[in-house]
Amino acid sequence: MGTTDIAARGRPFGKGTGFRKSLMTLAASVMLATSAHGATPATAEVNTTGLAVTDDTVTVGILHSITGTMALSEIGSVQAEKLAIDQINASGGVLGRQIEFVQEDGASDWPTFAEKSRKLLRQDNVAAIFGAWTSASRKAILPVIEQYNGMLYYPTFYEGLEQSPNVVYTGQEATQQILAGIDWAVEAKGAKTFYLLGSDYIWPRTSNKIARKHIDKLGLKVVGEEYYPLGHTQFNSVINKIKLKKPDVIFASVVGGSNVAFYKQMKAAGVDFTDEKPLLLTISVTEDEIRGIGGENVEGIYASMKYFQSLDNPNNKEFVAAFKEAYGDDMVIGDVTQAAYLGPWLWKAAVEKAGSFDIDEIRKEFAGIEFNKAPEGYVRIHENHHLWSKTRIGQAQLDGQYKVVYETEELMEPDPFPEGYQ
Amino acid sequence: MFDGYTSSELMSIFAMQGFAGLSLFSVFVLMAMGLAIIFGQMGVINMAHGEFMILGAYTTYLTSGFFQSYLPGLFGGYFLIAMVLAFIVCAALGALVEWLMIRHLYHRPLDTLLATWGLSLIMQQAYRSIFGAREVGVELPEWMIGAISVTDLVELPINGLFVMIIALSIAVGVYLLMYRSGYGKKVRAVVQNRPMAEAVGINSAGIDRATFALGCGIAGIAGAAFTMIGSTGPSSGQAYIVDTFLVVVFGGAQSLIGTIISAFGISQAQSTMEFFLSGSMAKVLTLLVVVGILMLRPEGLMALKVRR
Repeated sequence: MGTTDIAARGRPFGKGTGFRKSLMTLAASVMLATSAHGATPATAEVNTTGLAVTDDTVTVGILHSITGTMALSEIGSVQAEKLAIDQINASGGVLGRQIEFVQEDGASDWPTFAEKSRKLLRQDNVAAIFGAWTSASRKAILPVIEQYNGMLYYPTFYEGLEQSPNVVYTGQEATQQILAGIDWAVEAKGAKTFYLLGSDYIWPRTSNKIARKHIDKLGLKVVGEEYYPLGHTQFNSVINKIKLKKPDVIFASVVGGSNVAFYKQMKAAGVDFTDEKPLLLTISVTEDEIRGIGGENVEGIYASMKYFQSLDNPNNKEFVAAFKEAYGDDMVIGDVTQAAYLGPWLWKAAVEKAGSFDIDEIRKEFAGIEFNKAPEGYVRIHENHHLWSKTRIGQAQLDGQYKVVYETEELMEPDPFPEGYQ
Repeated sequence: MFDGYTSSELMSIFAMQGFAGLSLFSVFVLMAMGLAIIFGQMGVINMAHGEFMILGAYTTYLTSGFFQSYLPGLFGGYFLIAMVLAFIVCAALGALVEWLMIRHLYHRPLDTLLATWGLSLIMQQAYRSIFGAREVGVELPEWMIGAISVTDLVELPINGLFVMIIALSIAVGVYLLMYRSGYGKKVRAVVQNRPMAEAVGINSAGIDRATFALGCGIAGIAGAAFTMIGSTGPSSGQAYIVDTFLVVVFGGAQSLIGTIISAFGISQAQSTMEFFLSGSMAKVLTLLVVVGILMLRPEGLMALKVRR
């Protein structure tokens, strides 16, 4: 693998010349408008490090898997990032420049991610990379992006324990998702015993470690902790174990195809999640996953995340409508898709605050950058490059959507290196 | 780990665990049967086996969609039709693949490995282009969802029972076909000695094609059945391929009985160990035992005794 080189270059809707023309007119009129305030800053001023910035364009990179196992999860992120880029362009671009993008395919293969990020940084000189999904792909990009001093906007909720000067983490790190979720289960549902279940790799293991520490701190009990290999499809034994232990809460971080097998088999084993005996709290099933699992198999489970498609606020309504208009009515939007959408907007805000595309200039400005139009509500970048965000609990409905039943009052502080949890 | 449970609770858990082992056994039999025919009887290493299974799953998905839109009244029975269709579609594609690709590679068995691996990538990407990268949800008719409660604690999943019945029927069907029919006799003749079989007038090319198609068709039925318990996505087939080869190789490549015995052994070992250890450890131990036994018996459990 890794030979498939699907590189696309151009504007998001590059095919239709009519659209391009209208876009140009739009751009021109916007430029006129900005020139009323003051001319678009000269390229030499805003770009001193040889990035792909011209007088009227700036090039960014999109790097996700569009082939291979992970394509399933990553395509939503690609769509969200392109949508954000379109919208930014339509509203005048960044520092008066229209965003163009180069898209590369990571092909679900971690070395390919490293290679493609090198290509984006060295050959295309992109001003930002929106990409990566799994922790493994991020770890593959990390040395490259640090070596060439690029900036990666990473959308997935992840295990934390990382803070690179060259990455902005637009998803939640583990403590934001987990602590609030467990607190809710304890306070609202009176949970006393927990069964931790996950796929066998770094994210579920780290997440469960944090969960276990937190449960211990609360003086409650973990009655079982289990991991299954990625892609595992037979969960009958663990279902029996759960029946034997009778926990109040199953805390699940199963991912990928295993998810489908797990929930179908739970349902088949006569477990009705709407009874909440046991209650299932997941940190890995977004609306995207439910499409594959089937609403009837997960009805009643709870998820702890920062975003649900059903969030009732004007930003989100606009976002969902725009997303469906661009990609079709049957699209669903999960937590990561929304976080990916934040990437280009946060980059734009940072660039405009710094008055420069230079990575070092942007980095100085990150702390405190706010984005009021976020579909999840309001977000702010913490000095550790993660986002302050609220955590919400949603209950899965038959139609595959979550109903929000709880949200934290305050923004949760991102804490990638939680003391006492490692 | 059993402190504080009454003996009746323990009994029911063991009953359920036994059932879990049996349903894993039937899953293994279903997965491995098609491959046992192709790999065991023809010596073709079919890396695209998982993708043929997923083709069966997608056929089921399309059939369910069709019934929902056009024949909602008959939705309850769509699954049986879907399985027949899955067999036909997969067998047809199997025959085509054999004609286009496999038959040119019989003398180069290792090249079939590469060629069918390439085929599996092509099929995965085709699914991705046609059905989208996301997994699709296959809706089941009402009667197949849920469990039969025997007692309070013992609940037998209906779809698990259904998979068992399918696995049993296919095993019996394949047995009858291979050991009680004229076609089976010819297949076995070709496997044991191709030149001699040809000399007595058996059309070995035709037998090859039919056998490959049969193996693929059975994979299709397996795929249809697995929509009940697993995911249907472009790369879901990859989840099955390792276990499938494990079962077939462990059983002894040329023996169908061996395949069934090995499926039974591996499934029981795995589900018992899963109960006492963690899932990943159970898998590791199962693999270790299999590797150990294969070192002692490189031909697998049931080696076919023929003069070479």
